[in-house]
Parts: sequence; C-alpha cells; structure tokens
Amino acid sequence: MPLIKNGAIAEDAWQFPADDAPLPGQGPVAISLERWQREREVLQARRAPLGLLVKSDTQVEDFAADLAEFELIALDFPTFRDGRPYSAARLLRERHGYTGELRAVGDVSRDQFLFMHRCGFDAFQVSSGGALEGWLRAVSEISIWYQPTGDPRGALGTLRHRRAAAE
Amino acid sequence: MYRYDEFDHAFVHQRVAQFRDQVARRLSGELSEDEFKPLRLMNGLYLQLHAYMLRVAIPYGTLSSRQMRCLAHIARRYDKGYGHITTRQNIQYNWIKLTEVPDLLADLAEVEMHAIQTSGNCIRNVTADHFAGAAADEIEDPRLWCEIIRQWSTLHPEFSFLPRKFKIAVSGAAKDRAALRVHDIGVQICRNDAGEIGFEVMVGGGQGRTPMIAKTIRKFLPKAELLSYLESILRVYNQLGRRDNMYKARIKILVHEMGADALAEMVEAEWRQVREGFVDLPEAEVARIERYFAPPPFDPAAGSDSGLDTARRADSEFDRWLEQNVDAHRQPGYAIATISLKSDGGVPGDIDAAQMEAVADLAERFSFDELRATHQQNLVLPHVRKGDLYELWQSLKAHGLAIANRGLISDIIACPGMDYCSLATARSIPVAQAISARFQDLARQKDIGDLRLNISGCINACGHHHVGHIGILGLEKKGVENYQITLGGRADGEAAIGAIVGPAFSAEDIVGAVETVVDTYLDLRETGEPFIDAYARLGREPFKERLYAAH
Repeated sequence: MPLIKNGAIAEDAWQFPADDAPLPGQGPVAISLERWQREREVLQARRAPLGLLVKSDTQVEDFAADLAEFELIALDFPTFRDGRPYSAARLLRERHGYTGELRAVGDVSRDQFLFMHRCGFDAFQVSSGGALEGWLRAVSEISIWYQPTGDPRGALGTLRHRRAAAE
Repeated sequence: MYRYDEFDHAFVHQRVAQFRDQVARRLSGELSEDEFKPLRLMNGLYLQLHAYMLRVAIPYGTLSSRQMRCLAHIARRYDKGYGHITTRQNIQYNWIKLTEVPDLLADLAEVEMHAIQTSGNCIRNVTADHFAGAAADEIEDPRLWCEIIRQWSTLHPEFSFLPRKFKIAVSGAAKDRAALRVHDIGVQICRNDAGEIGFEVMVGGGQGRTPMIAKTIRKFLPKAELLSYLESILRVYNQLGRRDNMYKARIKILVHEMGADALAEMVEAEWRQVREGFVDLPEAEVARIERYFAPPPFDPAAGSDSGLDTARRADSEFDRWLEQNVDAHRQPGYAIATISLKSDGGVPGDIDAAQMEAVADLAERFSFDELRATHQQNLVLPHVRKGDLYELWQSLKAHGLAIANRGLISDIIACPGMDYCSLATARSIPVAQAISARFQDLARQKDIGDLRLNISGCINACGHHHVGHIGILGLEKKGVENYQITLGGRADGEAAIGAIVGPAFSAEDIVGAVETVVDTYLDLRETGEPFIDAYARLGREPFKERLYAAH
C-alpha cells in the first residue's frame, strides 16, 4: 500500500509489528497504546524512533502526556464512516502541539484526503491504487474553507478580513 | 437576504467541479456504487425506488424570486415538471438522472444555491423560523446566525463523518415555529437578566424510531461565542456518539444514555479549552453578513391603508383566507401571507413549475423579492403590504394557490412514502389525499379548528407523525399496509411526543378512524378549546373507547 507524504510517494521506514509479535531488532517501530503501556522500558531502550498506532475509539488524552516519545502517530480508520480520527488529529495538532508525522491508515481513499489534510494529517497510507495523481488533484479541488482549523491554509474569515483591509 | 461574494461563488463552483469528477468516476466504473454512495449523499443525491432523488438546500428556508425561477427551470429541464417542499425547508426532485446532476448543480450555482449537506452523516442544512425577520413576536432575526452556522458547517473537515446526521434549527421569536425541540441542536435567541441578547441551547431532540424532546444544556450563551460552543458540542458528539448501531447513533441517544447534565458538563469542559484558541468570526464579518438581513425598505405610510376592511366585507372567501393564512407583521401596515401547498386531493408540499414561476412573480411584486419555505411544506410571502393583500389573493387564486387551510386538518405534513421512498413501509400520499378529500368542506375544517395532522410512511418519521396532534404511522404487516394513530404530539414550545392510541387500522379504515378522533373531540370539547388542549385535559381514553368500541 503506497504511502503519500507531503505530496509525494514516500518510502516507509516504519514497521508495525502485531502486539504478540517480537519487536524487530532495529529500525523505527509503531506499536499499539496497550503495548506502549506494557513494554515502555523495553521500547525506550531500543534507541530507535517510536510511533503509536491509535485505534479510533482511543481518546487523545489517554496518551497525550507521552507525546514527546513519538515521531509518528498513525490514526486508524476502521471504515471511512468512522470520523473520530478527524477530531483526534485536530486535538493532537492544535491542542497538544504535536509536530511529528500524523498518518492516516486503514480505510483511506482519495475523497477523504482533503478533510484529513485540513485536520492536520500529513501522511496517508492509501488503500487504493493510482493514488498520487488522485491525491494531488483531491487536495486542490477545494481551495476555500469556511472554518479555521490548524491547517496553514487560511479560512474564509481571514480572507475576507484581508480583502476588507485592502479596500 | 444573503448574497454570495466572490469567495462563496468560487467555493460552490469548485464543489460542482469536484462532484462532476466524482460522477464521471462512478460512470467510468472507477468508483463502485458502495464507494460512490457516501459521495453522492454528501450532495443530497439519493437512489430511490424509481430514480435518483436530489434534495436541494434552501438555507433556513429563504429564497429570492430568481432562485425560485431556477427551481422551476430545474423541474422542467431535469425532472417531470414539479418539485416537493420538504419538512426541513428544502426542495426535492424525484425523477433525476445521474448523468445530468453535475449540470443541474451548475445551474443552481448560478443562482447561489447548492445541494451540499442535504443528506449524509454531517451537519445538515440549518433551518429557521419561517417568519424570521417579519414576525411580530421576534426578539431578533435568526437568519444572521443561520448563515454563520451554514458557512461554518459547510464541508467542515472534522464533522463530515459524524456518527449520524445532525440537524440544527434557530428561532428568534417567542413562539417556536421552527420545531427547535425535535432537533439535534435547537438554538433559541433570548434575553438574559441583564437584558443582553444571546442563545439558549437545547440538545438531543429528534424523531425517528426513538423520538425525544431536546434538553436545555445552556440557558444563556453570549452571541459572539456561538461557533466555539457548537464546535464543542459537535466534537463531544463526534468522539462519543455511538457508532455500533445506526439506530442509536444520534446525539439524542448519547444525551439519553449519559444524561443531559453529564453531557452539559462535558461540553462545558471541552468549550473551556476550545474557546481559548478559537478563531471566532471577526466583528466586521458578522456585521458584513448582518447587513444582508437588514429589513427591506418598508413604506412608513403603509400603516394608513384602509382598503383591506372594505375588501374583507365585500368578499367572504378572501376574508376566510385572510383569517386563516395571514399573520401579524412587526412592521405596521404589513402582513405575512402563507401560501398553502395542500390543495384538496393534492400531494402535500408538491408545487409545479408554473406555480413556482407564479409565486416568484408575486414575491417580486408584493414581498420585496423574498419567499420562504416552511417545515410544514408550505410557502410564505413574508413582507406583504396590507393594501396589496386582496390583489395578491386574487393572483394566488388564479394559480390554485389561495387555499385557506393553513393550520387546519387538511394542512397535512406527509413524507413521500412508498410512492417514492426506498425506506418506506407504507404509502403516505394516498392517505393524505383521502383525508383531505374527507374533510373537504372548509367550513367544517374551520369548525374543527387548529389541528396538526402528520403522516409518516415508516418508522423513520420523516412525516413528523410523533409531533402531530394526530399522527399517522404507516407500517407493513405480512405484506399489508396498516396505520397506527398517535395523539397529543406537538412540535412547538411545549413539544411533546404523541402517544399510540391502540392497534393499527387498515388502509380502508384509517380515514374513518381519523374522523372518529375528530368527532370525539367535537363532542367533548369545551367552548373555544382547541384539539390539543382538549386532548391534554381528556387524555387518550375517550378517543380509544370510541375508536375501538365496535371491535
């Protein structure tokens, strides 16, 4: 499954071992919240980048205190209908100041990209082919947004304010 | 009314292009129907029994003549020449071809309209008191805030995949005409003890298979903080609303399961954090939008018009229409006229293209170019000079639109039912038609007085049967339609869910059963006592006795 990061296909250096699988000897790994809580010392002793794979029913508050430990947070969409990770993404970026990679995984397809991007996701493990071209198109389909989020693209209130100031 | 600026125009055009691309991908087979479904639903496009149905948004029910003419054009060009006003102040077309939808949306965009978020699990088109900006009992016009909510909720990146659909209504009047208490969020403009204007916020109302009345979670919210507070409610709901069972996914279930006080506390806790960094609309932007809702240039001399009383005395039919369909306006010399779309034997809420154009002309001539759609599936001319009412009535009459039944038993709310809808378990339209035929005599209707009769063709309750004074729910049992009667429901400030009166009636017997309910009321009422008050006094028993006495 291709990974799209910052608008391009990216190599994925991360491994996602199952909870009952042994940890790989080296390289960045992303683990579940349960495993992190259970094997914290072991994981920290590996001296390799750590990531967290978060289920959609997990509250951000449950791991917010440990955010400094992680270079990757992967938020799982068990189905595209599950909109909880959008709230989690905004909370991570806007409330908790998380600046590492924020990856969408699971049922991720082109027509959700724009919403995800606006909520602070910067990496996408896409489930369908022909992805990059579609992604590039999808993120530019709408350029005007009515509501401010943590996304650097200004919301309409700001645009109108700027127009008024220029007049 | 609100006018798009260059940004709104650009946005809607981008949205049309985006949907055109999605339709093309569906037609080429790149998208399966399963993949396409959520995309089309976010644009109000349903696949019904016989064809696609497109629901077009009429934000908070407000329309210009130009927009109404475009709706007529769409009825002719893309449908079978008519449309259907819905219970959420929208209009839907029942015979749409998928391949033509992008062009249709492009036509709508030309008149500053769209079909965004008229379906799907997102924040739906916001509704309002249909007398907004005109009602004599209004504290403030709610449409400024409706427009602000419309913009804020449009393609909201965080709230486009909610557990379930989400409906917001706003009213600025003392009397609740917007059914606030059966919405996911009802916003009531109010005054606090210091005399400041703000909002009372109610949460967790709804109909469907588990009807509930909304509970107030904040008595007074300062105006400037509306969006941050709404965002907090939505965030709590998005994270905690149930996703395991679509029938338990509305916020009303969350309120019911955790309690309104607990939910209020969670919302307040979230809000304390949200409002810290929240970029509220700049005051200049609120002022910009507010200017669009300034009162039209009323004639201060209109109050001295005296022709009305003469016309009333001379024409008793006009007098009856005036009494039934015309309401007090806040501006001296003006009135609010309701155009009933409940013709004798017709389909409630249906309007054909010629009528749409006629109504557009009349709005231009008599109502400062403004029209409203109501959740009772009628239209309103909000600002009519009293001296023009007789001429207006004559023109309406010529188009079959001067029906003097607003608020009477034939002013029926009905869902499309099994004639169109793929969810329906029974037909609603023929029942509505049969009832309106049975109670054809307007003098008899007038004697029965104020009565809300609502019909749904399935448990999803789109026909608002739970809040009808008399509600009818169409069900199916072993392949046969039957109809359950509920009594005592109401959607106003004293909102209540109707109680089931007893076993269901067959399609043949339902009209007679309604008549029995009405006759029981007529026999037992006290002088001047409306149906709903008589029911409150008498309870269900006397009705039940009469309905099932023969069985």
